[in-house]
Amino acid sequence: MRIECPICGSRDRREFYYQGAAVAVARPAPDAGAEAWDDYVHLRDNPAGWHDELWHHEAGCGAWVVVTRNLTTHEIRDVQLAQSVKEASA
Amino acid sequence: MTRLPGGLIDRDRTVTFRFDGRRYLGHPGDTLASALLANNVRLVGRSFKYHRPRGVFSAGSEEPNAMVELRSGARQEPNTRATTIELFEGLTAKSQNRWPALGFDVLGVNDLFSPFFAAGFYYKTFMWPKAFWEKLYEPAIRKAAGLGSLSMEPDPDAYDKGFLHCDLLVIGGGAAGLAAALTAARTGARVILADEDFRLGGRLLAETHTLDDAPATRWLSEVEGELESLPNLRILRRTTVFGAFDHGIYGAVERVADHLPQPDTVRQTLWRITAKRAILATGATERHIPFANNDRPGIMLGGALRAYANRWAVSPAHRVAIFTSTDDGYRTARDLAAKGVQIAGVIDPRPEPRSTGDFPIFPGAVVTNTIGRLGLRHVEIRQGDQTHWLECGALGVSGGWNPNVHLMSHHRGRPVWSDAHLAFLPGAGGPAGLIPAGAANGKGTVHGALQSGAAAAEQAMADLGRDAGLPDLPQADDSPATQTALWHVPGTARAWVDFQNDVTVKDIKLAHQENMTPVEHLKRWTTLGMATDQGKTANVTALAVMSELTGKPIPETGTTIFRPPYTPVSLSVLGGGNTGPEFRPRRLTPTHTWAEARGAVFVEVGQWMRAQYFPQPGETHWRETVDREVLATRAGVGLCDVTTLGKIDVQGADAAEFINRIYCNGFKTLKTGMVRYGLMLREDGMAFDDGTCARMADDQFVVTTTTAQAGAVYRHMEFARQCLWPELDVQLISTTDAWAQLSIAGPKARMLLERVIDAHDTSNEAFPFMSCAPVTVCGGLRARLFRISFSGELAYELAVPARYGAALMARLVDLGKDLGATPYGTEALGVLRIEKGHAAGNELNGQTTAQMLGMGRMVSAKKDSIGAVMSRRAGLVADTRVLVGLQAVDPETPVVAGAHLFETDAAQTTQSDLGWITSACHSPHLGCAIGLGYLTGGADRMGTEIIAANPLEGQSTRVRVVSPHFIDPEGGRLRD
Repeated sequence: MRIECPICGSRDRREFYYQGAAVAVARPAPDAGAEAWDDYVHLRDNPAGWHDELWHHEAGCGAWVVVTRNLTTHEIRDVQLAQSVKEASA
Repeated sequence: MTRLPGGLIDRDRTVTFRFDGRRYLGHPGDTLASALLANNVRLVGRSFKYHRPRGVFSAGSEEPNAMVELRSGARQEPNTRATTIELFEGLTAKSQNRWPALGFDVLGVNDLFSPFFAAGFYYKTFMWPKAFWEKLYEPAIRKAAGLGSLSMEPDPDAYDKGFLHCDLLVIGGGAAGLAAALTAARTGARVILADEDFRLGGRLLAETHTLDDAPATRWLSEVEGELESLPNLRILRRTTVFGAFDHGIYGAVERVADHLPQPDTVRQTLWRITAKRAILATGATERHIPFANNDRPGIMLGGALRAYANRWAVSPAHRVAIFTSTDDGYRTARDLAAKGVQIAGVIDPRPEPRSTGDFPIFPGAVVTNTIGRLGLRHVEIRQGDQTHWLECGALGVSGGWNPNVHLMSHHRGRPVWSDAHLAFLPGAGGPAGLIPAGAANGKGTVHGALQSGAAAAEQAMADLGRDAGLPDLPQADDSPATQTALWHVPGTARAWVDFQNDVTVKDIKLAHQENMTPVEHLKRWTTLGMATDQGKTANVTALAVMSELTGKPIPETGTTIFRPPYTPVSLSVLGGGNTGPEFRPRRLTPTHTWAEARGAVFVEVGQWMRAQYFPQPGETHWRETVDREVLATRAGVGLCDVTTLGKIDVQGADAAEFINRIYCNGFKTLKTGMVRYGLMLREDGMAFDDGTCARMADDQFVVTTTTAQAGAVYRHMEFARQCLWPELDVQLISTTDAWAQLSIAGPKARMLLERVIDAHDTSNEAFPFMSCAPVTVCGGLRARLFRISFSGELAYELAVPARYGAALMARLVDLGKDLGATPYGTEALGVLRIEKGHAAGNELNGQTTAQMLGMGRMVSAKKDSIGAVMSRRAGLVADTRVLVGLQAVDPETPVVAGAHLFETDAAQTTQSDLGWITSACHSPHLGCAIGLGYLTGGADRMGTEIIAANPLEGQSTRVRVVSPHFIDPEGGRLRD
């Protein structure tokens, strides 16, 4: 696979570390309640289709990126800096 | 050696080789198969299951029969196809799967018992009694059925891997591939042309087609000359593109030195090719027509017969017959006749002869049987209701061509049946950017291949914004071969479909009777297409036979798709040289060479090689060494390289706030120049990693991690910085490799430190426990000093730029001679920290909480930090397991890490399990075995005796529950 790092350009996926669903950026407030925290820490969707996920460009620039990838075809539609995604949602 | 005229071999030179011990001669340009045929060797192997005598069947990588053990000794390579082995001087090969000899094989009796070996026989026969499978059936089957054997020696050759990038990858160097490469390369695009053969040209080398009224070789040499001259094009000969992977990545193996007696550099290279576009110009594979006893040596594909005559100037016999359901067979007859081979006849099932020639033609006829166990002698022809025998030493069988669609289906793209082609053509759903062309796409004439290759390249270039334009291509034949569908000749005797796995039409019938009709079931029930050739010459024919049996048309019966690799790939080249010490990167500490010179024994810790202990002359056991190192440290001063612990430099205006959120314990009050122990939790509340955090300046912290988690902690902190709190002004960098860090531990540590440090007050008052400071040592070398202790002794860690690590260590040992300065390794480090009750990786295994570590109260309730919320879950809070010390009641009995803890009188069951021992060692300080462990209700069990059970070795050891701090529980020593 190739991932288009917003900083470095197109790179082999072996430069990246895979983390999991990008919901990890939406950390609940400490008083959000047990349900919100359970959801954030434990519950993940496994769609047969598009999925926003976090990759770390560990052997590159060190950026965390949100990759929108189709889990059935591995097609990648979009790659954003996780920092930008977080800032946009704030 | 008998040769026909012509051919693309170098007759001026000869090459000597051996097959089954006999010496033969060939020419450069030969394959092992062509050279064997030139020496009248038709019998080359035995079949997998029935041990039937077999000969060369094809002239390429699709070969199912002619597999040999190539070379000898450690380089012996089983199951290599004689049809692809380039002949080299001194080549040795052996036939396989026969005993005692190829001509007389004892297990040939299997052939007589063939009714027992029918489809699914493994599943049916060896079910009972169950115990017999492992002991009797499987070893016997393995011995009888099988392919070549391994040398059982390490591979002596070097392998490499490499990465290539291009605009266009052209897979296949035949007419279509060459036209494509030429078209694309002339635009200046970066092009890679890969072909599995050692000579470019593909089928053009095997045919007598003319290009612009000249032999094809003239055009080939012109094109090859131009391609060689282009700096933007790279030709990879002897290179098989074996798989298509995601996002335009192709795997390829270049056989760099397989054609040499011995590799001069690497033997094979694994290429990972990243291509923006690719063209599948892989040609087509001819299919045969099953009939009774169609597996005799001498029976081969018609196109192969032609290839041997035209390219290699050999014929397997002086008199050959052709059995063909397509016009292609007449071409074979004409080409061979032109070379002086006697044509016994062309047997064509179609009622009207399709061509005339100076040879007998049998229209409306089929081959119904053959004679000649070790080599074909006669074929039986049925014409109408008449049968007669025809004498011939070889038979060419032509049943049409199957496009080599393999790579198109590597992403589960399904080939589509074409009635016009009587074949599966590439369908939708193939790898993105892969364009089929030439015979691989059903464009099988020379003209069609050239045109479609160039057009595909033009399209690929247009996709990339390049205007290619079609090159002038030579005039070439464009008459398609007409054909009729003849999938097999019905009969009662066995007719082989898959030669390599010995699957016959009967087996398919049986599978049908037993309702194994879906293609996937058919494959598994009969093992069809599951041999090393992946059924290249069998799958489509089998599907057609099944379609006949079910009465459904072929498209409804199913399709056959392929997985990588296209042809077998050796594990050696997939390893790409990453074997032995090169298996993975090895990280050496700054003092590695110094430790080696002192005779240290090393241990792998992740990627690191760390000194485990430093044996001295006269020490006979590792424990003796470790005990000495521990006692010397506790009595005087010990030195240990702790560089491998992760170091993360945290800087920025918000660094303190960031640190405070990363660790579960409070950091807001940490003053510049001080160090604090910190525990990181995962967001689920479990302990993640621990270490120290030193505030070097108001806006600078140095975080240390455990060796094992250095990478993971850095990643985690970057995640927090970028994904959780991008608003904080903070920057991180890993400095693990930048600083060599040495631990100086023991009551005389300060004395030793003072001998290297420049003008810095290290007194207890000026530099108390948990202080840190930037200092200089040895006359001006910049360094960082931390007063922290893992051993429980008065201790410092001194960091210097990594390149000075070894020099500093050597100097400390030298200057500390009179103090008894003793280097110690990871083993003594472990003993020291267990005696002190400090947690390490064993205690932080991902299943433990701060509370279990006895640090529950450390988790600050005043702030939000990672894991704080979830650590307060009721279930975790209610857990009474806590880290305790365990001391063997009988000092002679060892305590074992991993042992589980029980009440002394309890049954040892999962229900009564009280916990487990995480770390254990012999404590030279206490003179007995000790351990650390998690114990349910541990706080209330202090002083009681329990059992440490190790049921794996039948041990039950009485241990006393004590404080985990075996030495100096008040911590006086480290504050002294």
